Amino acid sequence: MRTRIGGVPILNTGTLSPLTPEYRRNPDFFKGACQLACILTILLLAFIFGEILLKAWPAIHQFGFGFITGTQWSPNRGVFGVLPVLIGTVESSFLALLVALPLGLSIALFISEDFLPNSLRQFIRFVVELLAAIPSVVYGLWGVFVVIPLVQKYGTILSDHFGFLPLFAGPAYGNSLLTASLVLALMVLPTITAISRSSLVVVPYSLREGSYALGATRWETILGVILPTASPGIVASAILAFGRAMGETMAVAMLIGNSQRLSWSLLSPSNTLSALLANQFSEADGIQISALMYAAALLVALTLVVNIAGAMVLRQTQRATSVLR
Amino acid sequence: MSNDYTSSEAHPIQVSHETARPYELSDVVPPSETNFIKVDDFRFFYGKKEVLHGINLEIPSRRVTSFIGPSGCGKSTLLRNFNRMNELIPGVRHEGDITIHGTSIFDPSVEVIALRRRIGMVFQKSNPFPMSIYGNIVYPLRIAGQGDRSMLDETVERCLRSAALWDEVKDRLHESALGLSGGQMQRLCIARAIASRPEILLMDEPCSALDPIATAKVEELIIELKRDFTIIIVTHNMHQASRVSELTAFFYLGNLVEFDETRKIFTNPSKLQTEEYITGRFG
Amino acid sequence: MMKPESRHFFSSPKGKTSFYRMLRNRFLTGLCIALSLLTLFPLISIVILVIRNGLPLISMNLFTQLSPAPGLEGGGFGNAIMGTLVMVCISLLLAVPLGILSAVYINEYAPVSPVSSAVRFVAKLLTGIPSIICGVFAFAAVVMTSQHFSAIAGGVALAILILPIILLTSEQALMGVSVSYREASYGVGATPFQTIWRIVLPDAMPAIMTGIMLAVSRAAGETAPVLFTALFSQNWITSVFEPTASLSVLIYNFASLPYAYHIKLAWSASLVLVTLVTLTNILAQMIFSPKQR
Repeated sequence: MRTRIGGVPILNTGTLSPLTPEYRRNPDFFKGACQLACILTILLLAFIFGEILLKAWPAIHQFGFGFITGTQWSPNRGVFGVLPVLIGTVESSFLALLVALPLGLSIALFISEDFLPNSLRQFIRFVVELLAAIPSVVYGLWGVFVVIPLVQKYGTILSDHFGFLPLFAGPAYGNSLLTASLVLALMVLPTITAISRSSLVVVPYSLREGSYALGATRWETILGVILPTASPGIVASAILAFGRAMGETMAVAMLIGNSQRLSWSLLSPSNTLSALLANQFSEADGIQISALMYAAALLVALTLVVNIAGAMVLRQTQRATSVLR
Repeated sequence: MSNDYTSSEAHPIQVSHETARPYELSDVVPPSETNFIKVDDFRFFYGKKEVLHGINLEIPSRRVTSFIGPSGCGKSTLLRNFNRMNELIPGVRHEGDITIHGTSIFDPSVEVIALRRRIGMVFQKSNPFPMSIYGNIVYPLRIAGQGDRSMLDETVERCLRSAALWDEVKDRLHESALGLSGGQMQRLCIARAIASRPEILLMDEPCSALDPIATAKVEELIIELKRDFTIIIVTHNMHQASRVSELTAFFYLGNLVEFDETRKIFTNPSKLQTEEYITGRFG
Repeated sequence: MMKPESRHFFSSPKGKTSFYRMLRNRFLTGLCIALSLLTLFPLISIVILVIRNGLPLISMNLFTQLSPAPGLEGGGFGNAIMGTLVMVCISLLLAVPLGILSAVYINEYAPVSPVSSAVRFVAKLLTGIPSIICGVFAFAAVVMTSQHFSAIAGGVALAILILPIILLTSEQALMGVSVSYREASYGVGATPFQTIWRIVLPDAMPAIMTGIMLAVSRAAGETAPVLFTALFSQNWITSVFEPTASLSVLIYNFASLPYAYHIKLAWSASLVLVTLVTLTNILAQMIFSPKQR
């Protein structure tokens, strides 16, 4: 046992220590430091947005709204329009979602239902988490040497037979919107799986029980009760995955072909905002830097809108399912 | 799994396999009522743990039978065996047999889907699906592939009327069921349970989460429903058992201690354990 | 009441046959399992290719030598590994204090205050911002100001990337500390600082470390933030104020070169990077797991 705490004898020797707490008497410098950190964090966001807008200002001033509707991007002539890139961004992310959603949802169901022994389910879950940990640039490298040849081979067949459809018009390039979308799908799969899974496992067991008791089979229960109950979470997972896909840079930059020409075909090169930034920033100067900053601001705006929408849906989900518990 | 079901002739009820007290059911149920549930030396295991020790029981049709007993006595476990809900839990197994209408429910030719359509179940906590009131009731019909609109409409009205809920919700059938009050939700679950015209209705403490007024409504409903259904209700509330049921089975530690007319159980039980439980000395 | 009509009481009801329903049930289960296993293929393909193409070059030289000139063979990417480490360290130096202190404030000092909700909001917004935007910001704020691509600029970009990770995991970690510890500490007359410094932070440390490890693995693997802030370099890093190589940018640059050896180097760099990222991830889980039980 210590006989003293903080220098004050435990035995009452006649004088009481003042009853004001120590932190009232001595200013808490640590608290000050923490407060400062908070303010810096908040200012940082303002600084990021401010800096980008500031540097984009000359381009915003010069091109205005025409920047968004313009279809030409040629730095040599000082003409900057991002419409094809915007379309490429949305299109590639949407395609990726189209591929990833069924797969991701299947995996989420697979690891939340008891189709197979738990060990195998945990393994699949581990594998999907691993997918999330692989760096984007490694996906890009893999895409260059695996997916590009595949898309080139089967894309040619596709355009030979279905070339009359604008979506599959030839010639088929390896570096194409389709290639980028396929790899993107793989990259957003963990997002979809993780969020869908967590919204599936919070579906109360009583609902599952209720459905089985009415004579439903497992899949009637899944399709009729569990998926509808979890659907806001699944929608949120899709929205957030869409946001992630729009922001993905490296793999897309390596695979999409970086062409600012408008094309309907999935088999022709395209571009996305982030890939445009990745490819042009290091060699840009003057008004081109400003134009790229403008594009960056657009990308921020797009992803923010999508992410906030996703977060709102997700919060709605939590509120909706809380009634059930 | 054993299918040693032998015959469906009316046996004297075995109160407990050790201390059998022969007793004739005919004073409550006319012998012609052959539509009954027969539990034959039924044992049930969670893993290695035996939770039901050879239950023998015959439940007559179109009566309300209540299962009472302290927590963990196995009454809910037995109830959940009638529609084989326990099979959803991994690592369970059973011995003995349960027959309904003379058919073993564990017979390989019995489809568990069909079984559960014939046996409705109402749970302790109401579990309306997060869809409309209408959607909830037609769910069991839709999964069975019935899409005829007028037939569905007719069923919704019939079931809601049976569950004494029609007047309260008829103007908002297509609103979410989650907007109902607790008591309404539970009555909705009852309406849903009878939508596929089952013959037996299992109720697992249906009122334990309800306030007294809602409880009274559900109890009224139970008495009303026994004209058409064989009802088995598990309850902790002894007053409830005495109010709604004609027959009462008292379980203790996985054994059926006594099964008799409710009136008799509550006024003149033949077993000391039953009496002690009824009078609140344990449990 | 329905009378039993068919074979026995529990045969199929009218309407769709149970046979059809069972068949559909089986089919959907099969489909679900098939789709889930389908996703294994790309992953296996990535892992096998990275190992098969990356392993042959793995040797000490890889870690100690510079990359060869285009068209030549031999050498490694020691400078890129070095550069990645330097930039990750810079980002940690910036983001760890900021993140942990902010987390302490929003969880310990003022859980409900406008400042705290603002910080949480900012952190969540930052997690959703594409990583390349961190690069764009560092380019605007550091590169354009200093007129130089530099390791500092890359570190700043990575710091913004990992700040929300550190902040939010630290907050979670602090939340996980039992209230009774705090009460016990205040109960013996400790100040808030003493309580946080001696009781709360030590208890939350393993979980905070997990967050930092996850941040390291994320920062090491990211390319977009350093692509046009640190740029690249063929030489060893001598100062943090000059262009600096990194593993991830090396992969990006070499993948598009027409030289077989450089492409092999890119695969080897991928192997090193994936190993590094996976190991940090697993390590992070291991640090935290004993505490969870």
